[in-house]
Amino acid sequence: MTTVATRAPAETGRADGGNAMSGTGTMLRFILRRDRIRLPVWIGVLTLAQVYYAALYPTVYATRADRMNQAQLYEDNPAFGAMTGPGHGLDDYTYGAMQSNELLGFMVVFVALMSVLLFVRHTRAEEETGRAELLRGTVLGRHAPLTAALLAVGGANILLGLLVAVGMASLGVESIDWTGSFAYGGAYAAVGLVFTGVAAVTTQVTEYGRAAAGTAGALIGVAYVLRAGGDMGDGTLSWFSPIGWAQGTRAYVDERWWPLGLALVVAAALVVAAFVLSTRRDLGAGLRQPRPGPATASASLGTPQGFALRLQRGGLIWWAVAMFAAGAMYGSFVDIMEDYSDNEMIQNLLEDVGGTSLTESWLSTVVSLLAIVCTVFAILAALRPRREETSGRAESVLATPLSRTRWVATHVVVAMAGGLGLLLATGAGLGLTAAASTGDAGMLWDILGAILAYAPALWLTAGLTVAVFGLVPRAIGLAWALLVYAVFITYFGGILDLPGWVRDLSPYNHIPLMPADDFSAAPLLVLTVLAGALIAAGLVGFRRRDVEGN
Amino acid sequence: MVSNLQKSFGPTRALDGLDLSVATGEVHGFLGPNGAGKTTTIRILLGLLRADGGEAQLLGGDPWADPVALHRRLAYVPGDVNLWPNLTGGEAIDLLARLRGGLDQSRRTELIERFDLDPTKKGRTYSKGNRQKVALVAALASDVELLILDEPTAGLDPLMEVVFQDFINQAKAEGKTVFLSSHILAQVEKLCDRVSIIRLGKVVQSGTLAELRHLTRTSIEVETVRPFTDVSDLPGVHHVEAEDGRVKFAVDGEHLDEAVRALSQLGVRSLTSHPPTLEELMLRHYGDELRTNGIDADEVS
Repeated sequence: MTTVATRAPAETGRADGGNAMSGTGTMLRFILRRDRIRLPVWIGVLTLAQVYYAALYPTVYATRADRMNQAQLYEDNPAFGAMTGPGHGLDDYTYGAMQSNELLGFMVVFVALMSVLLFVRHTRAEEETGRAELLRGTVLGRHAPLTAALLAVGGANILLGLLVAVGMASLGVESIDWTGSFAYGGAYAAVGLVFTGVAAVTTQVTEYGRAAAGTAGALIGVAYVLRAGGDMGDGTLSWFSPIGWAQGTRAYVDERWWPLGLALVVAAALVVAAFVLSTRRDLGAGLRQPRPGPATASASLGTPQGFALRLQRGGLIWWAVAMFAAGAMYGSFVDIMEDYSDNEMIQNLLEDVGGTSLTESWLSTVVSLLAIVCTVFAILAALRPRREETSGRAESVLATPLSRTRWVATHVVVAMAGGLGLLLATGAGLGLTAAASTGDAGMLWDILGAILAYAPALWLTAGLTVAVFGLVPRAIGLAWALLVYAVFITYFGGILDLPGWVRDLSPYNHIPLMPADDFSAAPLLVLTVLAGALIAAGLVGFRRRDVEGN
Repeated sequence: MVSNLQKSFGPTRALDGLDLSVATGEVHGFLGPNGAGKTTTIRILLGLLRADGGEAQLLGGDPWADPVALHRRLAYVPGDVNLWPNLTGGEAIDLLARLRGGLDQSRRTELIERFDLDPTKKGRTYSKGNRQKVALVAALASDVELLILDEPTAGLDPLMEVVFQDFINQAKAEGKTVFLSSHILAQVEKLCDRVSIIRLGKVVQSGTLAELRHLTRTSIEVETVRPFTDVSDLPGVHHVEAEDGRVKFAVDGEHLDEAVRALSQLGVRSLTSHPPTLEELMLRHYGDELRTNGIDADEVS
């Protein structure tokens, strides 16, 4: 590593006289060396997940009749469109059409996430830590780090697209042909490239890696919501979303290539914008200049709890606003659902299922998904002590009379109470718009009750984070494992017909699906007690281990 | 304060039976190069790390078992100060001081002014030196018995170094104990009553500067009436250089008396001597390391 990083820039510098791109090749190799595990894991997991699902569909929907049945559901119920895709190819619903309609829109969210996280990691996060300065002091052109990061992340997306295309086509599943597979893989790469461009711009504008990733991540959310809105309505909104462009290729139905071209043009425009912006700022600075703050601390900052809250306050407020908005958006779909509830065929179908209304069963699904998103905040908040520890900031605080247990506990309180607050904000957004659009005020209380019932699952998942922090801090990544598993079970547990115990490992599987199902207190109590035990284990573990410095 | 302290990180042995004691009310210098184990020792004294073996006592208590009560009585400045990006320097000062149990407002104002610190800037925008000033102000404005400072001035400019020394002398006058880890020898020479030198996880030398000097060589430059021929034969004399009747040499502390007596018999015309600097002390202890790097410690001194 050292050899590559130190010797090669000089060579490159000599070769091309030190222009703005000097050292790009070296930087690129350096990035690939740093991510020699991370990159293959991202690409491998995404490819395998996609190919695995594609291979599984024929076992789940064995006959054409099964598939046409599923297609009928789509035609009758716009809410399915909001959750998955635009509903193309329903008149002949092949395995391929199912993939590009139901799975593609979901999978490309992860492709976009991969692009944003990797890009920020190699650009703004490097500047923030000062490591970029170390490199820029060598013979390295001013555009080299940005170019190298673009090449690395863009290349990863193109490779991912190719692997997905080849993987899908070689499955030999009926209707999944080579042409369609290239459109499908192309859609993967297109979304990744657009969000690489988005991240390239946000990293220029904001000063901190977290803010850059957060802004780009919020834009992924906006893209998903626009697509959902478009796919429920006449499809116009979808054309404002890169995810909509991916689905617009209509892979395995009647392939269209121009949406990929549109994505490439937008990605290129974003990259050009990023280069222009990067020449207008200093290394380490954002386009927005920091303002001076108060010279003394307010009274609340002096208490340990006030301090923990202050560190997480900004994040919590933004999360609450975003979750309220997301809830409100889904709530506004409720009256569309109500229109469809009058459809006789749907009513017959639901009577078979268990006599609940279409709106209620749809709301139960939306509530469970939004609750999982709220958990992301709770995990991040519970990870805060670890970030404080590895950055060396914990050392100063723990050298004061604040006990270790109390210090972690203040952050646990923010995570748990903050998570509860987010559920409340989400439920309020969803409930208020749902109640307003249907004129049924009781709906607000039903929905609030339904989403607050997820608090124990959220606490358990965040409690696991605390336990990992206290007991096995080096394996802190495990904190996310349970949430990823829960997402998998919630989305695919039903489709894949997994055995009950596999699904029951997800805490979210034990929450009563209100308002469709009835409330039951026992599982909630059990989950809460388990969450408490995990938190206690984490606190005790942290008391007994070394505090790691930076 | 500490006896036979041991700590390993995986296969690396950071502390290898370290013994150290600091008396109440003294300024104690803790000297050693990077990686010798200074910061590890301090972290154990703060109860942040648990020692694998040996005993650590701080202000009469066990830092691992009872950190909270002990931390009430001390203030700590880490070697590498990291601040919260979204808190201003002033907020960080107040936060740390309040967690410690409050601070002296007028003292805070004085410190900020003398250290020339802008407390309204956000943590992220401070340079290394300014981050250290924030931690120093927070520590020095607190009313505590013990100051533990881990290379506190590594990022400060020489003017601020002087300000720092003033405040340490003031703290000493108030009867506070100061444990100062450093590798700036001039600073330690100016401030410290006693010094411990650490090397590869062990304290190799401990005592007052005068005691340590006695253990090492004094440099002498002398001009005598009669030529000084057999100087190299004297016990404990090294590095003899003769030039136009002037002789330069170094003599071990315990043989200084004999050397001076021998000189006086030759009729001394002029004589300058200077005691060993701390630098020379250090180089003696780290001599073999330097030699392996191709530098002769004796030549350097």
